[in-house]
Amino acid sequence: MLRILARVARTGNLAEPLEADLEALGAQMKTLAERRFAGSLALRAVDAGSCNGCELEIHALNNPYHDIERFGVHFVASPRHADALLVTGPVSRHMEAALKRTWAATPAPRLVIAAGDCACTGGEFGVSYASCGPVAGVIPVDARIPGCPPTPKALLAGILAAARGRRD
Amino acid sequence: MTNFAWLPAFKAHLEREHLLIRGESGTCLAPARCLEIDPEDWAKGGAEAARFGLRWAGLWADRDALGERCTCVLENAGDYLILSTRPDGEALASHSPWYPAAGRLERHARDLFGLRFEGLDERRWTRHQAWPEDRHPLVDALPAPGETPPDGDYPFAHIPGEGVYEIPVGPVHAGIIEPGHFRFNAVGETILGLEERLGYVHKGIEHLARGRDPAGLARLAGRVSGDSTVAHAWAACQAMERAAGLTPPARAVWLRALFAERERVANHLGDIGAICNDVGFAFAQYQFQRLREVWTRRNADLCGHRLLMDQIVPGGVACEPEALAALEYDHRHLRKALAGLFDILEDHPSLRDRLQGTGRLSPLTAAELGVTGYVGKASDQAFDLRRDDPYPPYDRYPPDVPRYQAGDVAARMRVRMDEIGISLDLMDRLLGDLPKGDLAVPFTTPEEGEGLGCIEGWRGEILSHVRFAHGRVARFFPRDPSWFTWPALEHIVQDNIVPDFPVCNKSVNASYSGVDL
Repeated sequence: MLRILARVARTGNLAEPLEADLEALGAQMKTLAERRFAGSLALRAVDAGSCNGCELEIHALNNPYHDIERFGVHFVASPRHADALLVTGPVSRHMEAALKRTWAATPAPRLVIAAGDCACTGGEFGVSYASCGPVAGVIPVDARIPGCPPTPKALLAGILAAARGRRD
Repeated sequence: MTNFAWLPAFKAHLEREHLLIRGESGTCLAPARCLEIDPEDWAKGGAEAARFGLRWAGLWADRDALGERCTCVLENAGDYLILSTRPDGEALASHSPWYPAAGRLERHARDLFGLRFEGLDERRWTRHQAWPEDRHPLVDALPAPGETPPDGDYPFAHIPGEGVYEIPVGPVHAGIIEPGHFRFNAVGETILGLEERLGYVHKGIEHLARGRDPAGLARLAGRVSGDSTVAHAWAACQAMERAAGLTPPARAVWLRALFAERERVANHLGDIGAICNDVGFAFAQYQFQRLREVWTRRNADLCGHRLLMDQIVPGGVACEPEALAALEYDHRHLRKALAGLFDILEDHPSLRDRLQGTGRLSPLTAAELGVTGYVGKASDQAFDLRRDDPYPPYDRYPPDVPRYQAGDVAARMRVRMDEIGISLDLMDRLLGDLPKGDLAVPFTTPEEGEGLGCIEGWRGEILSHVRFAHGRVARFFPRDPSWFTWPALEHIVQDNIVPDFPVCNKSVNASYSGVDL
């Protein structure tokens, strides 16, 4: 304990200045979450066939630099608890049924956000015998976030745009 | 690398067993050596390789002008030996009796290529319900797109017994991870058996590669498994460069190694945090995610991409990194931060209690399965291409290779901790000697020819086979290390409790996309 206190005294305050653009996005997100989603927007991430690059960046949304929970956005473990699905990847044919079922299990009104180039357009994989291509070909999509993979900030901006566009 | 000092003895061994070597070549997939054998000798080839102690490192099917061909890669002392045969419609013997991890690669070749194997698990693997059993997408007319029913009736193995129950998990998982199905058989909290059912993110990579130009193939290879984008792109480019007989400039090679080590450090940082998080030690999770984010942001400063995607191109690297001068400071800073954090991880009894002895993979099983990377190194399998068959620039900087015997989650985390330090030292040396000169040589696509790329990715050994025909890519097969660590996970979780599955899984962190292709 003494060692830790001594270290705290020695180290001092190392807090970095907040990133202005992230904070601005976050403030808008927070206001919107409070106004339209009773304080929190619950997201369910579904990988429908991605290369896992998008998942790394979605994970980064939760790291201490972004920590999007402070803006009222959090990830839930079940589609039944979700306001929105964040879908990555071209939809592989082997994931088509699972994605449709996940969507059906999400209570309406629900948002679907296609995250990453593959989810938006099919990206590098397109449509083939094994891939249905963009998410919009399988379930209705409300918003798209391009990028390969989209950066955490682009993801937050896209989630904000999707939440804003929601028809009440 | 022993320059095949053992090969004459192995060939003599094969001769004693009356296995006829139809042809031998040191050039077809150089630096590997190739032995051509008859299809009826395929079983003997596998059995004798196992008796001789060779590691089974992969298998793929191909069809060229002369007909179908099956190729199997074996490794010993850092030398790669290729067995190949032309089955000509005949069924080959499965190598799975001697090499248990071979089965999935053989099932993959059967599902996509129609290659027939005797003695192989007859259940589908990469194929689900999107196309019928008699259709093989890489040789027959492509199955038509259409609605795909769920893969509901897959015959899982059931464990009979009083009180045994099954837990189906997935394909959509609770966390932010890739899809796959796990079927647990458990008694109370104890896992009796785990069976994996993968293939959910199969998106036809081998088919998409056909007809691409080299730059297009490098882009695709960089998306085989997003977390290994540098390593897979490097392996594919190395294969293409070997096929074309060209050597990338020294500066490009040094930068490739720098990127590959940065990828290794980033993933190890993220995984150490995640392992700790899975046993409820959130402090470490936040610290390591912070360090990973700082590291990833530097990637963006260097090349404009946080994961370094598309930085490795055929013939060299895509751009001159900026802010190289900042890296030395980064390395010093990270070492200092890690010294404090590792101290805490090592001196935390509740963490030790959860990680030590959990998810044990015995050295014997690890050797039988042929696992590489941190899963192997934690179970006494100290193979590392950068040391054992070094490609430039690692021939100048052979790294230390950590090796532990415990084979538990703690040992796999320990290997990652060691490897971060080793990579940091390596990167300092790479930066100190960074050669001046061009970033790439123009890549002339060969009309015909093939090459094998062998790269030590952060997960372990990556093999990449590329064959050109008529100046275009005719065949691409990337073999991710996860082909071997997935089967290892089935062993690892046995006799552990169900709630420890996530930490066991994270300590292995096999790629779904890398094997589903």
